[in-house]
Amino acid sequence: MSTATKPSLKIPEARARAYDVESLRAQFPILSRTVHGKPLVYLDNANTTQKPRVVIDADRRYYEEENANIHRGTHWLSEKATEAYEGGRAKVARFLGAASPKEIVFTRGTTEAINLVASSFSQAFLKAGDEILITGLEHHSNIVPWQLACERTGARLVVVPITDDGEVPVDEFEKRLTPRTKLAAVSHVSNALGTINPVKQFIALAHARNVPVLVDGAQAAPHLPIDVTDLDCDFYAVSAHKMYGPTGIGALYGREEWLEKLPPYQGGGDMIASVTFEKTTYNVLPWKFEAGTANIAGGIGFGVAVDWLSGVGLPAVAEHEHELLVDATGKLSVIPGLTIVGRAKEKAAVISFVLENVHPHDIGTILDREGIAIRTGQHCAQPVMDRFGIPATARASFGLYNTREEVDALVAGLAKVSEMFG
Amino acid sequence: MTDLRDLYQEVILDHNKSPHNYREMADASRIALGHNPLCGDKMKLYVRIEGDRIADVAFQGSGCAISKASASIMTDTIKGKTLAEAEALYGKFHDLVTGPPDVKADGAGLGKLAVFSGVREFPARVKCATLPWHTLEMALKSANEVAKTE
Repeated sequence: MSTATKPSLKIPEARARAYDVESLRAQFPILSRTVHGKPLVYLDNANTTQKPRVVIDADRRYYEEENANIHRGTHWLSEKATEAYEGGRAKVARFLGAASPKEIVFTRGTTEAINLVASSFSQAFLKAGDEILITGLEHHSNIVPWQLACERTGARLVVVPITDDGEVPVDEFEKRLTPRTKLAAVSHVSNALGTINPVKQFIALAHARNVPVLVDGAQAAPHLPIDVTDLDCDFYAVSAHKMYGPTGIGALYGREEWLEKLPPYQGGGDMIASVTFEKTTYNVLPWKFEAGTANIAGGIGFGVAVDWLSGVGLPAVAEHEHELLVDATGKLSVIPGLTIVGRAKEKAAVISFVLENVHPHDIGTILDREGIAIRTGQHCAQPVMDRFGIPATARASFGLYNTREEVDALVAGLAKVSEMFG
Repeated sequence: MTDLRDLYQEVILDHNKSPHNYREMADASRIALGHNPLCGDKMKLYVRIEGDRIADVAFQGSGCAISKASASIMTDTIKGKTLAEAEALYGKFHDLVTGPPDVKADGAGLGKLAVFSGVREFPARVKCATLPWHTLEMALKSANEVAKTE
Protein backbone atom coordinates (compact mmCIF):
# COMPACT_ATOMS: atom_id res chain seq x y z
CA MET A 1 0.00 0.00 0.00
CA SER A 2 2.84 2.40 -0.58
CA THR A 3 1.86 4.01 -3.85
CA ALA A 4 -0.07 7.21 -3.41
CA THR A 5 -3.16 7.67 -5.52
CA LYS A 6 -2.74 10.56 -7.84
CA PRO A 7 -6.18 11.54 -9.00
CA SER A 8 -6.15 14.00 -11.84
CA LEU A 9 -8.40 17.00 -11.76
CA LYS A 10 -8.57 19.52 -14.52
CA ILE A 11 -7.77 22.78 -12.85
CA PRO A 12 -7.02 26.05 -14.61
CA GLU A 13 -3.34 26.88 -14.42
CA ALA A 14 -3.71 30.51 -13.56
CA ARG A 15 -5.71 31.68 -10.60
CA ALA A 16 -6.59 35.19 -9.66
CA ARG A 17 -4.91 35.01 -6.25
CA ALA A 18 -3.05 32.56 -4.08
CA TYR A 19 -5.12 30.28 -1.89
CA ASP A 20 -4.90 31.67 1.61
CA VAL A 21 -6.04 28.90 3.90
CA GLU A 22 -5.34 30.86 7.08
CA SER A 23 -7.62 33.74 6.12
CA LEU A 24 -10.31 31.20 5.22
CA ARG A 25 -9.91 29.47 8.59
CA ALA A 26 -10.26 32.80 10.35
CA GLN A 27 -13.78 33.06 8.93
CA PHE A 28 -14.91 29.91 10.77
CA PRO A 29 -15.44 30.69 14.47
CA ILE A 30 -15.57 27.03 15.48
CA LEU A 31 -12.11 26.29 14.08
CA SER A 32 -10.48 28.28 16.86
CA ARG A 33 -11.97 26.16 19.62
CA THR A 34 -10.31 23.32 21.47
CA VAL A 35 -11.63 19.79 22.09
CA HIS A 36 -10.35 17.82 25.10
CA GLY A 37 -7.81 20.58 25.55
CA LYS A 38 -6.38 20.21 22.02
CA PRO A 39 -6.94 22.44 18.99
CA LEU A 40 -9.85 21.08 16.95
CA VAL A 41 -8.72 19.20 13.84
CA TYR A 42 -11.95 18.78 11.93
CA LEU A 43 -11.68 15.99 9.37
CA ASP A 44 -15.33 14.99 9.17
CA ASN A 45 -16.34 17.27 6.34
CA ALA A 46 -18.08 14.58 4.28
CA ASN A 47 -20.42 14.27 7.24
CA THR A 48 -21.06 17.97 7.62
CA THR A 49 -18.93 21.07 7.13
CA GLN A 50 -18.40 23.94 9.51
CA LYS A 51 -20.06 27.30 8.85
CA PRO A 52 -18.34 30.56 8.02
CA ARG A 53 -19.25 33.73 9.90
CA VAL A 54 -21.28 35.10 6.95
CA VAL A 55 -23.63 32.09 7.06
CA ILE A 56 -24.06 32.32 10.84
CA ASP A 57 -24.68 36.08 10.57
CA ALA A 58 -27.25 35.63 7.79
CA ASP A 59 -29.25 33.31 10.01
CA ARG A 60 -29.25 35.72 12.91
CA ARG A 61 -29.92 38.74 10.71
CA TYR A 62 -32.96 37.08 9.17
CA TYR A 63 -34.53 36.35 12.55
CA GLU A 64 -33.56 39.71 14.00
CA GLU A 65 -34.54 41.88 11.07
CA GLU A 66 -36.69 40.18 8.44
CA ASN A 67 -38.59 37.27 9.94
CA ALA A 68 -42.06 36.81 8.42
CA ASN A 69 -43.80 34.13 6.40
CA ILE A 70 -43.17 34.18 2.69
CA HIS A 71 -45.44 34.29 -0.37
CA ARG A 72 -48.46 35.15 1.79
CA GLY A 73 -48.11 38.53 3.32
CA THR A 74 -49.11 41.91 2.07
CA HIS A 75 -46.88 43.52 4.62
CA TRP A 76 -43.38 44.85 4.23
CA LEU A 77 -41.64 42.19 6.33
CA SER A 78 -43.19 39.38 4.35
CA GLU A 79 -42.00 40.99 1.14
CA LYS A 80 -38.48 41.27 2.53
CA ALA A 81 -38.51 37.64 3.68
CA THR A 82 -39.85 36.44 0.33
CA GLU A 83 -37.25 38.44 -1.51
CA ALA A 84 -34.43 37.03 0.60
CA TYR A 85 -35.67 33.44 0.33
CA GLU A 86 -36.23 33.60 -3.43
CA GLY A 87 -32.90 35.38 -3.69
CA GLY A 88 -31.36 32.32 -2.04
CA ARG A 89 -32.98 30.12 -4.65
CA ALA A 90 -31.59 32.26 -7.48
CA LYS A 91 -28.11 32.00 -5.97
CA VAL A 92 -28.33 28.21 -5.72
CA ALA A 93 -29.59 28.06 -9.32
CA ARG A 94 -26.63 30.12 -10.46
CA PHE A 95 -24.20 28.04 -8.39
CA LEU A 96 -25.41 24.78 -9.96
CA GLY A 97 -25.66 26.19 -13.48
CA ALA A 98 -29.44 25.75 -13.73
CA ALA A 99 -31.25 27.54 -16.55
CA SER A 100 -33.71 29.16 -14.15
CA PRO A 101 -34.51 29.39 -10.41
CA LYS A 102 -37.76 27.56 -11.10
CA GLU A 103 -35.66 24.44 -11.66
CA ILE A 104 -34.52 24.61 -8.02
CA VAL A 105 -36.80 23.01 -5.43
CA PHE A 106 -35.78 23.61 -1.84
CA THR A 107 -35.86 20.43 0.24
CA ARG A 108 -34.64 19.41 3.68
CA GLY A 109 -31.53 18.05 2.02
CA THR A 110 -30.26 15.53 -0.50
CA THR A 111 -32.23 12.72 1.11
CA GLU A 112 -35.55 14.51 0.73
CA ALA A 113 -34.65 15.58 -2.81
CA ILE A 114 -34.09 11.96 -3.83
CA ASN A 115 -37.23 10.84 -2.01
CA LEU A 116 -39.18 13.51 -3.88
CA VAL A 117 -38.07 12.20 -7.26
CA ALA A 118 -38.40 8.53 -6.27
CA SER A 119 -41.91 9.13 -5.00
CA SER A 120 -43.24 11.40 -7.75
CA PHE A 121 -41.47 9.63 -10.61
CA SER A 122 -42.60 6.17 -9.53
CA GLN A 123 -46.16 7.35 -9.05
CA ALA A 124 -46.35 8.63 -12.61
CA PHE A 125 -43.96 6.50 -14.62
CA LEU A 126 -42.99 3.26 -12.88
CA LYS A 127 -44.73 -0.07 -13.29
CA ALA A 128 -44.08 -3.74 -12.63
CA GLY A 129 -41.15 -5.10 -14.62
CA ASP A 130 -39.44 -1.71 -15.00
CA GLU A 131 -35.92 -1.20 -13.74
CA ILE A 132 -34.17 1.51 -11.74
CA LEU A 133 -30.41 1.51 -12.17
CA ILE A 134 -28.10 2.50 -9.30
CA THR A 135 -24.46 1.74 -8.48
CA GLY A 136 -22.78 -0.27 -5.74
CA LEU A 137 -21.29 2.94 -4.35
CA GLU A 138 -24.52 4.57 -3.26
CA HIS A 139 -25.32 6.07 0.13
CA HIS A 140 -28.41 4.55 1.75
CA SER A 141 -30.32 7.68 0.73
CA ASN A 142 -29.86 6.78 -2.93
CA ILE A 143 -30.82 3.14 -2.35
CA VAL A 144 -33.75 3.00 0.05
CA PRO A 145 -36.06 5.55 -1.69
CA TRP A 146 -35.75 3.47 -4.86
CA GLN A 147 -36.38 0.24 -2.96
CA LEU A 148 -39.56 1.80 -1.59
CA ALA A 149 -40.56 2.88 -5.10
CA CYS A 150 -39.88 -0.64 -6.39
CA GLU A 151 -41.94 -2.16 -3.58
CA ARG A 152 -44.86 0.08 -4.43
CA THR A 153 -44.76 -0.60 -8.16
CA GLY A 154 -43.21 -4.01 -8.67
CA ALA A 155 -40.22 -2.48 -10.45
CA ARG A 156 -36.74 -3.91 -9.93
CA LEU A 157 -33.56 -2.33 -8.57
CA VAL A 158 -30.49 -3.09 -10.69
CA VAL A 159 -27.04 -2.40 -9.21
CA VAL A 160 -23.86 -1.73 -11.19
CA PRO A 161 -21.03 -3.52 -9.36
CA ILE A 162 -17.88 -1.70 -8.30
CA THR A 163 -14.26 -2.71 -8.73
CA ASP A 164 -11.69 -3.49 -6.04
CA ASP A 165 -10.48 0.10 -6.37
CA GLY A 166 -13.97 1.38 -5.68
CA GLU A 167 -14.75 2.51 -9.23
CA VAL A 168 -17.90 2.06 -11.29
CA PRO A 169 -16.76 0.91 -14.74
CA VAL A 170 -18.54 2.73 -17.57
CA ASP A 171 -19.02 -0.47 -19.55
CA GLU A 172 -20.64 -2.20 -16.55
CA PHE A 173 -23.02 0.74 -16.28
CA GLU A 174 -23.80 0.64 -20.00
CA LYS A 175 -24.37 -3.12 -19.92
CA ARG A 176 -27.17 -2.68 -17.41
CA LEU A 177 -29.08 -0.06 -19.36
CA THR A 178 -31.90 -2.11 -20.85
CA PRO A 179 -35.20 -1.33 -22.56
CA ARG A 180 -36.75 -1.78 -19.11
CA THR A 181 -34.55 0.86 -17.44
CA LYS A 182 -36.73 3.82 -16.52
CA LEU A 183 -34.27 5.91 -14.54
CA ALA A 184 -30.65 5.83 -13.39
CA ALA A 185 -29.62 7.26 -10.01
CA VAL A 186 -25.89 7.67 -9.41
CA SER A 187 -23.68 9.44 -6.93
CA HIS A 188 -21.31 12.05 -8.31
CA VAL A 189 -18.81 11.46 -5.49
CA SER A 190 -18.91 8.48 -3.11
CA ASN A 191 -19.26 9.50 0.53
CA ALA A 192 -17.67 6.29 1.76
CA LEU A 193 -14.66 6.06 -0.57
CA GLY A 194 -14.33 9.44 -2.28
CA THR A 195 -14.57 8.02 -5.81
CA ILE A 196 -15.52 10.62 -8.41
CA ASN A 197 -17.85 8.87 -10.84
CA PRO A 198 -17.76 9.64 -14.58
CA VAL A 199 -21.34 10.90 -14.35
CA LYS A 200 -21.16 12.85 -17.60
CA GLN A 201 -20.45 9.62 -19.47
CA PHE A 202 -23.20 7.80 -17.56
CA ILE A 203 -25.66 10.54 -18.48
CA ALA A 204 -24.73 10.49 -22.17
CA LEU A 205 -25.12 6.71 -22.30
CA ALA A 206 -28.45 6.81 -20.47
CA HIS A 207 -29.80 9.63 -22.59
CA ALA A 208 -28.90 7.71 -25.75
CA ARG A 209 -31.55 5.27 -24.53
CA ASN A 210 -33.96 7.96 -23.32
CA VAL A 211 -33.28 7.12 -19.68
CA PRO A 212 -33.35 10.12 -17.31
CA VAL A 213 -30.57 10.42 -14.74
CA LEU A 214 -30.61 11.64 -11.15
CA VAL A 215 -27.24 12.56 -9.69
CA ASP A 216 -26.69 12.50 -5.93
CA GLY A 217 -24.37 15.48 -5.67
CA ALA A 218 -24.19 15.74 -1.88
CA GLN A 219 -20.47 14.99 -1.80
CA ALA A 220 -19.54 16.69 -5.07
CA ALA A 221 -21.02 20.16 -4.72
CA PRO A 222 -18.68 21.27 -1.89
CA HIS A 223 -15.58 20.10 -3.74
CA LEU A 224 -15.94 20.41 -7.52
CA PRO A 225 -17.35 23.03 -9.87
CA ILE A 226 -20.85 21.79 -10.76
CA ASP A 227 -22.73 22.72 -13.92
CA VAL A 228 -25.96 20.79 -14.33
CA THR A 229 -26.43 22.19 -17.84
CA ASP A 230 -23.03 20.93 -18.92
CA LEU A 231 -23.58 17.57 -17.21
CA ASP A 232 -26.99 17.43 -18.92
CA CYS A 233 -28.45 15.57 -15.92
CA ASP A 234 -32.18 15.53 -15.30
CA PHE A 235 -32.00 15.81 -11.52
CA TYR A 236 -29.20 16.87 -9.19
CA ALA A 237 -29.54 16.70 -5.40
CA VAL A 238 -27.47 18.62 -2.84
CA SER A 239 -27.38 19.43 0.90
CA ALA A 240 -26.46 22.90 2.14
CA HIS A 241 -24.86 21.62 5.33
CA LYS A 242 -22.13 19.84 3.38
CA MET A 243 -21.50 23.07 1.46
CA TYR A 244 -20.68 25.31 4.44
CA GLY A 245 -24.36 26.22 4.71
CA PRO A 246 -27.06 25.56 7.31
CA THR A 247 -28.52 22.16 8.21
CA GLY A 248 -32.06 21.23 7.28
CA ILE A 249 -31.98 22.72 3.80
CA GLY A 250 -30.95 21.36 0.45
CA ALA A 251 -32.00 21.54 -3.15
CA LEU A 252 -33.24 19.44 -5.97
CA TYR A 253 -32.32 20.70 -9.39
CA GLY A 254 -34.82 19.30 -11.88
CA ARG A 255 -34.90 19.90 -15.58
CA GLU A 256 -37.99 22.05 -16.15
CA GLU A 257 -39.72 19.58 -18.47
CA TRP A 258 -39.30 16.83 -15.87
CA LEU A 259 -40.53 18.92 -12.97
CA GLU A 260 -43.57 19.86 -15.07
CA LYS A 261 -44.28 16.18 -15.73
CA LEU A 262 -43.90 14.95 -12.16
CA PRO A 263 -46.91 15.02 -9.83
CA PRO A 264 -46.54 16.92 -6.51
CA TYR A 265 -44.68 15.25 -3.68
CA GLN A 266 -46.51 16.56 -0.63
CA GLY A 267 -49.79 18.41 -0.42
CA GLY A 268 -50.46 21.51 1.65
CA GLY A 269 -50.27 25.24 1.67
CA ASP A 270 -48.14 27.16 -0.83
CA MET A 271 -48.01 24.30 -3.35
CA ILE A 272 -51.51 25.00 -4.67
CA ALA A 273 -53.05 27.50 -7.06
CA SER A 274 -56.66 26.85 -6.10
CA VAL A 275 -58.38 24.43 -3.75
CA THR A 276 -62.00 23.33 -3.69
CA PHE A 277 -63.36 20.09 -2.31
CA GLU A 278 -63.94 18.96 -5.86
CA LYS A 279 -60.62 19.86 -7.43
CA THR A 280 -57.26 21.35 -6.59
CA THR A 281 -54.91 22.88 -9.08
CA TYR A 282 -51.25 23.09 -8.28
CA ASN A 283 -48.90 26.00 -8.09
CA VAL A 284 -46.33 26.64 -10.80
CA LEU A 285 -42.69 25.58 -10.52
CA PRO A 286 -40.90 25.32 -8.22
CA TRP A 287 -43.55 25.92 -5.55
CA LYS A 288 -45.61 22.94 -6.75
CA PHE A 289 -43.09 20.86 -4.78
CA GLU A 290 -42.86 23.03 -1.68
CA ALA A 291 -45.78 22.36 0.65
CA GLY A 292 -46.04 24.18 3.95
CA THR A 293 -43.95 26.96 5.40
CA ALA A 294 -40.43 26.52 4.15
CA ASN A 295 -37.13 26.63 6.00
CA ILE A 296 -36.87 30.32 5.19
CA ALA A 297 -33.73 31.05 7.18
CA GLY A 298 -32.19 27.95 5.66
CA GLY A 299 -32.91 29.03 2.08
CA ILE A 300 -31.39 32.43 2.78
CA GLY A 301 -28.35 30.90 4.48
CA PHE A 302 -27.91 28.41 1.64
CA GLY A 303 -27.76 31.30 -0.82
CA VAL A 304 -25.16 33.07 1.30
CA ALA A 305 -23.11 29.87 1.55
CA VAL A 306 -22.98 29.19 -2.19
CA ASP A 307 -22.11 32.81 -2.92
CA TRP A 308 -19.34 32.59 -0.35
CA LEU A 309 -18.13 29.29 -1.82
CA SER A 310 -18.14 30.77 -5.32
CA GLY A 311 -16.15 33.67 -3.96
CA VAL A 312 -13.48 31.31 -2.67
CA GLY A 313 -13.67 29.57 -6.04
CA LEU A 314 -14.41 25.89 -6.56
CA PRO A 315 -11.41 25.28 -8.84
CA ALA A 316 -9.11 26.65 -6.13
CA VAL A 317 -10.90 24.60 -3.46
CA ALA A 318 -10.58 21.46 -5.58
CA GLU A 319 -6.87 22.07 -6.06
CA HIS A 320 -6.23 22.73 -2.38
CA GLU A 321 -8.15 19.65 -1.28
CA HIS A 322 -6.44 17.55 -3.92
CA GLU A 323 -3.06 18.56 -2.50
CA LEU A 324 -4.26 17.47 0.95
CA LEU A 325 -5.51 14.19 -0.51
CA VAL A 326 -2.17 13.41 -2.13
CA ASP A 327 -0.27 14.43 1.01
CA ALA A 328 -2.50 12.40 3.35
CA THR A 329 -2.65 9.39 1.03
CA GLY A 330 1.13 9.30 0.89
CA LYS A 331 1.58 9.66 4.64
CA LEU A 332 -1.16 7.18 5.63
CA SER A 333 -0.06 4.59 3.08
CA VAL A 334 3.28 4.04 4.82
CA ILE A 335 1.75 3.45 8.27
CA PRO A 336 2.27 -0.24 9.09
CA GLY A 337 -0.98 -2.23 9.00
CA LEU A 338 -2.98 0.60 7.45
CA THR A 339 -4.99 -0.08 4.31
CA ILE A 340 -6.80 2.59 2.35
CA VAL A 341 -10.16 1.36 1.10
CA GLY A 342 -11.10 2.90 -2.23
CA ARG A 343 -8.25 3.78 -4.54
CA ALA A 344 -10.04 5.23 -7.50
CA LYS A 345 -7.99 7.20 -9.99
CA GLU A 346 -10.40 10.12 -9.65
CA LYS A 347 -11.01 10.90 -6.00
CA ALA A 348 -12.30 13.71 -3.83
CA ALA A 349 -10.43 14.37 -0.58
CA VAL A 350 -11.95 11.45 1.32
CA ILE A 351 -9.77 8.70 2.77
CA SER A 352 -11.45 5.61 4.15
CA PHE A 353 -9.06 3.28 5.90
CA VAL A 354 -8.75 0.31 8.18
CA LEU A 355 -5.97 -0.48 10.62
CA GLU A 356 -4.89 -4.04 11.32
CA ASN A 357 -6.11 -5.30 14.71
CA VAL A 358 -7.81 -2.01 15.61
CA HIS A 359 -11.51 -1.45 15.09
CA PRO A 360 -12.41 1.92 13.48
CA HIS A 361 -14.52 2.84 16.50
CA ASP A 362 -11.46 2.61 18.74
CA ILE A 363 -9.48 4.70 16.27
CA GLY A 364 -12.22 7.32 16.42
CA THR A 365 -12.24 7.50 20.23
CA ILE A 366 -8.48 7.80 20.53
CA LEU A 367 -8.23 10.47 17.80
CA ASP A 368 -11.09 12.35 19.46
CA ARG A 369 -8.99 12.67 22.61
CA GLU A 370 -6.38 14.36 20.42
CA GLY A 371 -8.99 16.85 19.23
CA ILE A 372 -9.25 15.12 15.85
CA ALA A 373 -12.75 14.53 14.51
CA ILE A 374 -13.15 11.77 11.95
CA ARG A 375 -16.06 9.48 11.16
CA THR A 376 -16.05 5.78 11.87
CA GLY A 377 -18.55 3.09 10.94
CA GLN A 378 -20.42 2.21 7.80
CA HIS A 379 -20.98 5.76 6.56
CA CYS A 380 -24.60 4.97 5.64
CA ALA A 381 -23.19 2.76 2.91
CA GLN A 382 -23.49 -0.77 4.24
CA PRO A 383 -23.36 -2.37 0.76
CA VAL A 384 -19.99 -0.69 0.14
CA MET A 385 -18.63 -2.17 3.39
CA ASP A 386 -20.05 -5.59 2.45
CA ARG A 387 -18.43 -5.32 -0.99
CA PHE A 388 -15.01 -5.05 0.66
CA GLY A 389 -15.83 -7.60 3.36
CA ILE A 390 -15.20 -5.16 6.19
CA PRO A 391 -17.56 -4.17 9.01
CA ALA A 392 -16.57 -0.53 9.03
CA THR A 393 -13.86 1.98 8.18
CA ALA A 394 -12.35 5.09 9.67
CA ARG A 395 -12.81 8.05 7.35
CA ALA A 396 -10.93 11.31 7.19
CA SER A 397 -12.57 13.81 4.85
CA PHE A 398 -11.09 17.18 4.08
CA GLY A 399 -12.61 20.59 3.52
CA LEU A 400 -11.40 23.86 2.09
CA TYR A 401 -10.04 25.01 5.49
CA ASN A 402 -7.91 21.96 6.28
CA THR A 403 -4.13 22.19 6.30
CA ARG A 404 -1.08 20.01 5.88
CA GLU A 405 -0.41 20.50 9.58
CA GLU A 406 -3.75 18.81 10.23
CA VAL A 407 -2.73 15.89 8.03
CA ASP A 408 0.36 15.61 10.24
CA ALA A 409 -1.83 15.76 13.36
CA LEU A 410 -3.85 12.85 11.98
CA VAL A 411 -0.68 10.86 11.35
CA ALA A 412 0.56 11.61 14.89
CA GLY A 413 -2.84 10.62 16.29
CA LEU A 414 -2.72 7.32 14.44
CA ALA A 415 0.70 6.67 15.96
CA LYS A 416 -0.97 6.94 19.38
CA VAL A 417 -3.59 4.46 18.26
CA SER A 418 -0.90 1.98 17.23
CA GLU A 419 0.93 2.59 20.49
CA MET A 420 -2.13 1.69 22.56
CA PHE A 421 -3.08 -1.32 20.49
CA GLY A 422 0.45 -2.37 19.52
CA MET B 1 -10.31 15.60 31.91
CA THR B 2 -10.96 11.91 31.57
CA ASP B 3 -8.06 9.77 30.55
CA LEU B 4 -8.17 7.32 27.67
CA ARG B 5 -6.81 4.71 30.05
CA ASP B 6 -10.06 4.94 32.04
CA LEU B 7 -11.67 3.38 28.99
CA TYR B 8 -8.90 1.24 27.59
CA GLN B 9 -7.72 -0.50 30.72
CA GLU B 10 -5.06 -3.19 30.32
CA VAL B 11 -7.60 -5.94 31.10
CA ILE B 12 -9.83 -4.69 28.30
CA LEU B 13 -6.96 -4.51 25.81
CA ASP B 14 -5.91 -8.05 26.78
CA HIS B 15 -9.40 -9.46 26.30
CA ASN B 16 -9.62 -7.63 22.97
CA LYS B 17 -6.41 -9.25 21.81
CA SER B 18 -7.26 -12.74 23.04
CA PRO B 19 -10.97 -12.96 23.76
CA HIS B 20 -12.19 -15.81 25.93
CA ASN B 21 -14.99 -18.13 24.80
CA TYR B 22 -14.54 -16.99 21.22
CA ARG B 23 -15.80 -20.03 19.34
CA GLU B 24 -18.74 -21.67 17.70
CA MET B 25 -20.94 -23.92 19.82
CA ALA B 26 -22.44 -26.93 18.12
CA ASP B 27 -24.90 -27.81 20.88
CA ALA B 28 -26.20 -24.34 21.76
CA SER B 29 -29.80 -24.23 22.90
CA ARG B 30 -30.09 -20.53 22.05
CA ILE B 31 -28.36 -18.38 19.46
CA ALA B 32 -28.81 -14.63 19.19
CA LEU B 33 -27.42 -12.13 16.70
CA GLY B 34 -26.48 -8.71 18.02
CA HIS B 35 -25.99 -5.88 15.58
CA ASN B 36 -25.07 -2.25 15.98
CA PRO B 37 -25.88 -0.79 12.56
CA LEU B 38 -24.14 2.49 13.39
CA CYS B 39 -20.67 1.04 13.71
CA GLY B 40 -21.21 -2.27 11.97
CA ASP B 41 -20.52 -4.43 15.00
CA LYS B 42 -21.93 -7.93 14.65
CA MET B 43 -22.01 -10.55 17.33
CA LYS B 44 -23.27 -14.10 17.41
CA LEU B 45 -23.90 -15.39 20.89
CA TYR B 46 -24.31 -19.09 21.71
CA VAL B 47 -25.87 -20.20 24.98
CA ARG B 48 -26.42 -23.72 26.28
CA ILE B 49 -28.98 -23.77 29.06
CA GLU B 50 -29.33 -26.71 31.42
CA GLY B 51 -32.24 -26.40 33.82
CA ASP B 52 -32.09 -22.82 35.05
CA ARG B 53 -28.35 -22.53 34.58
CA ILE B 54 -26.14 -21.20 31.81
CA ALA B 55 -24.01 -24.30 31.28
CA ASP B 56 -21.96 -22.81 28.47
CA VAL B 57 -21.75 -19.56 26.56
CA ALA B 58 -19.59 -18.47 23.64
CA PHE B 59 -19.49 -15.78 20.98
CA GLN B 60 -18.15 -14.88 17.57
CA GLY B 61 -18.20 -11.74 15.48
CA SER B 62 -16.49 -8.50 14.70
CA GLY B 63 -16.46 -5.47 16.88
CA CYS B 64 -14.41 -2.83 18.59
CA ALA B 65 -12.17 -3.46 21.58
CA ILE B 66 -14.89 -2.45 24.00
CA SER B 67 -17.59 -4.73 22.60
CA LYS B 68 -15.20 -7.65 22.16
CA ALA B 69 -13.76 -7.35 25.67
CA SER B 70 -17.25 -6.89 27.06
CA ALA B 71 -18.39 -10.12 25.39
CA SER B 72 -15.29 -11.93 26.56
CA ILE B 73 -15.63 -10.90 30.19
CA MET B 74 -19.41 -11.31 30.16
CA THR B 75 -19.17 -14.90 28.94
CA ASP B 76 -16.50 -15.65 31.58
CA THR B 77 -18.69 -14.17 34.29
CA ILE B 78 -22.06 -15.70 33.51
CA LYS B 79 -20.90 -19.21 32.75
CA GLY B 80 -22.37 -21.46 35.44
CA LYS B 81 -24.70 -18.74 36.76
CA THR B 82 -28.46 -19.15 36.98
CA LEU B 83 -30.64 -17.22 34.58
CA ALA B 84 -31.82 -15.00 37.44
CA GLU B 85 -28.21 -14.28 38.47
CA ALA B 86 -27.28 -13.37 34.90
CA GLU B 87 -30.29 -11.07 34.67
CA ALA B 88 -29.29 -9.34 37.90
CA LEU B 89 -25.72 -8.87 36.62
CA TYR B 90 -27.06 -7.30 33.45
CA GLY B 91 -28.96 -4.74 35.53
CA LYS B 92 -25.87 -3.89 37.56
CA PHE B 93 -23.66 -3.71 34.49
CA HIS B 94 -26.15 -1.45 32.75
CA ASP B 95 -26.11 0.93 35.72
CA LEU B 96 -22.32 0.82 35.76
CA VAL B 97 -21.88 1.97 32.16
CA THR B 98 -24.86 4.31 31.82
CA GLY B 99 -24.61 6.14 35.14
CA PRO B 100 -23.88 9.88 35.26
CA PRO B 101 -20.33 10.52 33.98
CA ASP B 102 -19.54 12.89 36.85
CA VAL B 103 -20.38 10.32 39.52
CA LYS B 104 -17.72 7.74 40.30
CA ALA B 105 -18.94 4.31 39.23
CA ASP B 106 -19.55 1.68 41.88
CA GLY B 107 -18.39 -1.69 40.63
CA ALA B 108 -19.41 -3.56 43.77
CA GLY B 109 -20.58 -7.09 43.11
CA LEU B 110 -19.49 -6.97 39.48
CA GLY B 111 -16.12 -8.65 39.85
CA LYS B 112 -14.08 -8.37 36.66
CA LEU B 113 -16.90 -6.51 34.92
CA ALA B 114 -15.94 -3.47 37.00
CA VAL B 115 -13.16 -2.70 34.46
CA PHE B 116 -15.88 -1.10 32.34
CA SER B 117 -16.45 1.63 34.92
CA GLY B 118 -14.76 4.18 32.61
CA VAL B 119 -17.25 3.64 29.80
CA ARG B 120 -19.79 6.06 31.28
CA GLU B 121 -17.35 8.89 30.60
CA PHE B 122 -17.50 8.04 26.89
CA PRO B 123 -21.19 8.23 25.94
CA ALA B 124 -20.43 7.27 22.32
CA ARG B 125 -19.10 3.93 23.55
CA VAL B 126 -21.87 2.82 25.91
CA LYS B 127 -23.60 0.83 23.18
CA CYS B 128 -20.37 -1.02 22.43
CA ALA B 129 -20.18 -2.25 26.03
CA THR B 130 -23.86 -3.20 26.26
CA LEU B 131 -24.17 -4.96 22.88
CA PRO B 132 -23.16 -8.40 24.23
CA TRP B 133 -25.60 -8.01 27.13
CA HIS B 134 -28.46 -6.95 24.87
CA THR B 135 -27.68 -9.95 22.74
CA LEU B 136 -27.64 -12.21 25.80
CA GLU B 137 -31.00 -10.86 26.89
CA MET B 138 -32.42 -11.59 23.46
CA ALA B 139 -31.03 -15.11 23.60
CA LEU B 140 -32.48 -15.77 27.06
CA LYS B 141 -35.89 -14.24 26.39
CA SER B 142 -36.37 -15.66 22.95
CA ALA B 143 -38.37 -18.79 22.41
CA ASN B 144 -36.94 -19.03 18.93
CA GLU B 145 -33.56 -20.50 18.30
CA VAL B 146 -32.20 -17.43 16.58
CA ALA B 147 -33.04 -14.01 17.94
CA LYS B 148 -31.90 -10.70 16.50
CA THR B 149 -31.27 -7.42 18.16
CA GLU B 150 -30.31 -4.02 16.80
